[in-house]
Amino acid sequence: MTTLQDDILPAATAVPSGSALLRIAAVLAGFAIVFGVVPAIATDYWLSSIIIPTIVMGLAGISLNLLQGYAGLVSLGSAAFMSVGVFSAYNLILRVPGLPLPAVLLLAGLIAAAAGIFFGLPALRIKGFYLGASTLGAQFFFQWLFTNYPWFSNGSQSLTISAPRLEIFGYDLQSPAGRYLLVATVTVLLIGLAFLVVKSRLGREWMAIRDMETAASVLGIRVARRKLQAYAISSFFLGITGVLWGFAYLGTADAYTYNLDKSFQVLFIVLIGGTATIFGNFLGAAFIVLTPILLDHLVLAANVAYLSDQGAITNLQRVLFGVIIIFILIKEPDGLSAWIRRGVEALQVRFTR
Amino acid sequence: MSIFSKSIALAAGAVMAAASLTMPVQAQDGAGQQLYPLFTYRTGPYAPSFIPFGAGNIDYLRYVNEVEGGVNGVKILIQECETAYTIERGIECYERYKDGYDGALTAAIYPHSSGLDVALTDKARIDKIPIVSPGGGQNIATDGRVFPYQFPLIFDYWSEAQIIVDYIAQQAGGYDKLKGVKIATLYHDSGYGRDTIEPLGILAKKYGFEDIQIPVPHPGEQQQAQWQQIRRAGADWVFLRGWGVMTPVAIKTAARVGFPADRIIGDIWSGSEDDARPAGAAAKGYLAVSVFPPGTDYGILKTLKENILDKGKSDLKDNSKFGTVYYNYGVIEAITFVEALRTGQKKFGNKPLNNEEGQWALENLDIDQKRVAELGAEGLISPLKTSIDNHKGETIAAKIIQWNGETWDTRTDWIKADSTLFADVIKAKAAAYAAEKGITPRQDASN
Repeated sequence: MTTLQDDILPAATAVPSGSALLRIAAVLAGFAIVFGVVPAIATDYWLSSIIIPTIVMGLAGISLNLLQGYAGLVSLGSAAFMSVGVFSAYNLILRVPGLPLPAVLLLAGLIAAAAGIFFGLPALRIKGFYLGASTLGAQFFFQWLFTNYPWFSNGSQSLTISAPRLEIFGYDLQSPAGRYLLVATVTVLLIGLAFLVVKSRLGREWMAIRDMETAASVLGIRVARRKLQAYAISSFFLGITGVLWGFAYLGTADAYTYNLDKSFQVLFIVLIGGTATIFGNFLGAAFIVLTPILLDHLVLAANVAYLSDQGAITNLQRVLFGVIIIFILIKEPDGLSAWIRRGVEALQVRFTR
Repeated sequence: MSIFSKSIALAAGAVMAAASLTMPVQAQDGAGQQLYPLFTYRTGPYAPSFIPFGAGNIDYLRYVNEVEGGVNGVKILIQECETAYTIERGIECYERYKDGYDGALTAAIYPHSSGLDVALTDKARIDKIPIVSPGGGQNIATDGRVFPYQFPLIFDYWSEAQIIVDYIAQQAGGYDKLKGVKIATLYHDSGYGRDTIEPLGILAKKYGFEDIQIPVPHPGEQQQAQWQQIRRAGADWVFLRGWGVMTPVAIKTAARVGFPADRIIGDIWSGSEDDARPAGAAAKGYLAVSVFPPGTDYGILKTLKENILDKGKSDLKDNSKFGTVYYNYGVIEAITFVEALRTGQKKFGNKPLNNEEGQWALENLDIDQKRVAELGAEGLISPLKTSIDNHKGETIAAKIIQWNGETWDTRTDWIKADSTLFADVIKAKAAAYAAEKGITPRQDASN
């Protein structure tokens, strides 16, 4: 069954077919893996340095994908909104004692959303490449703001904020497993929200604007409003992602943690994972996080470190990384998710016959 | 092969490769050895400073392994891990090596980055892994009661501020002559650069000099306005707290506005050959604070040259970097590691130390003048003695060096910092940190 048919058939009248059952089974299996299998078998090393960053970067990819993949708007300032999130959360915890963590996350997301609306305003007038330049403004503005006003980092000597104790209703989340569960829970909730948004009228109108703005406005879609909503929702997601990155992964954050490089990484995740997909972002994130580590381990395992100087090997790894990216983008411009989608479709065909 | 089966093959390959990451190492070749996880940044914008620095580290450890037969017979296993000076990769390296490798134990981790040092604070406390940052650690971590696992060994920027004021007072003819002297601090506008604002304020109040603070935004390729401001203010001295490209630009711009180079004193990260040389003739006479004095005349450097460099075993590709500031910094850092191992072995026996034994050793380091002489490091390192109360070391000192156009000359002997001067402020900051984090400071001084 193609996605097109999916969209045409009204959900209410659809009889649960093999494909739908497969889907439900997949979701249940996903839950079992995320909350049962992974915490049970993963070591601290895997949780702290591979799984948590992959999930959080995947979430950052989703955030940008909502804006770029679905609404067709550009942003080079993803990391800026992440930093708004983390600095907001830090100050909320510091200055509003007793605020529970879920509320902190929600409020930090809302503050980032407000920032997103503000920096999304130019989108009402300009498009494409030029819009990219204006979102770059957010990137530089927030970096400047957080380095020049030590109030945001509570007067810290090094302008660095240190993650507060993470706990939910008295339950301590400091351990790698605890931080993982926090990240996984927030991510599952946000994925759910992303699906709701994308499948709703809002999501469809975004896609209409993306595909042909003039036609969309002729159809009576309020383009300006929808665009600002896209910035707001994307930034809301990014704000929460930023909090997770700083508090649950790094344990620290400063303005430079969320620099332009990070914004580009998020952009690459969207490109590699595939635009206009949700799960593809995790493939992209896994690729970005894992490939350098994997290459490093291969060098270690192959014991070739003594053949050449370490610096050359590390640079070679970067070259390889770049080559793999180029290869994927040429062979599969729709990203890794297109491979997986075709795989799932092939499975569906096999099982539903 | 259809695209689908291709993707399955690809996925299977990825899973197999990933599985190889988790497989326990069977060989255990490292058993009986001491792990030294060497966090490298051979790539990225700061690679030029790391390359000689890492070589100094590796060369000294190779010397200890191959010529001295290890530390009391315990060989050191060097494992490199590339961070590219990013915190993300650094955390992965930390997680990879915190529990040892291949049977070799981890006694301490040197993160080689101030940012990573901060990022590891909480993790290290939970994992009980000592984090050692010679010259680049967090000043408040001097208080080992609140920070049992952080060791900002050897130096900090507050002591540096005090040492340059001390040097300027020497030149002026005494502290009482400082009244009315104008000292401008030109700083990299970052957490690192701002770190001397507070101590200079305290010192200015104490001695009556005029304290002028001027920021330079990162990376600092434009400084015309700042140097005009320095000229207008009529500054007598400039304390240059640069990093990377900012330093040579500052020296050149100073020459353009006619500010004499021998009235500019660079910070420890503005005092390498690579900071002065790009400024060309303008840098002649430029001064800098040095905790890692350059030069090849120290006993230990001669030993390294004979046993490592001349035998082609050095990690340096370019032997002209031998004896430079960063190379010597690497040697000094490796010495602190090896001496910590010796200290721990005296208590725990001649075997590899684990993390808790490493922590004890770093807290009880005592490299006194006699030991410095035995190491052949007279003039290269100033004596270092740590305690629970003082994780930095009690006798902090630095030299002033001067660029002669080709190399650095040493201008002064060790100028000691007064460790009591800022002790109360640091204690108070550490206490505030403990309160914010809900940490109960250790009380037991005997550990």
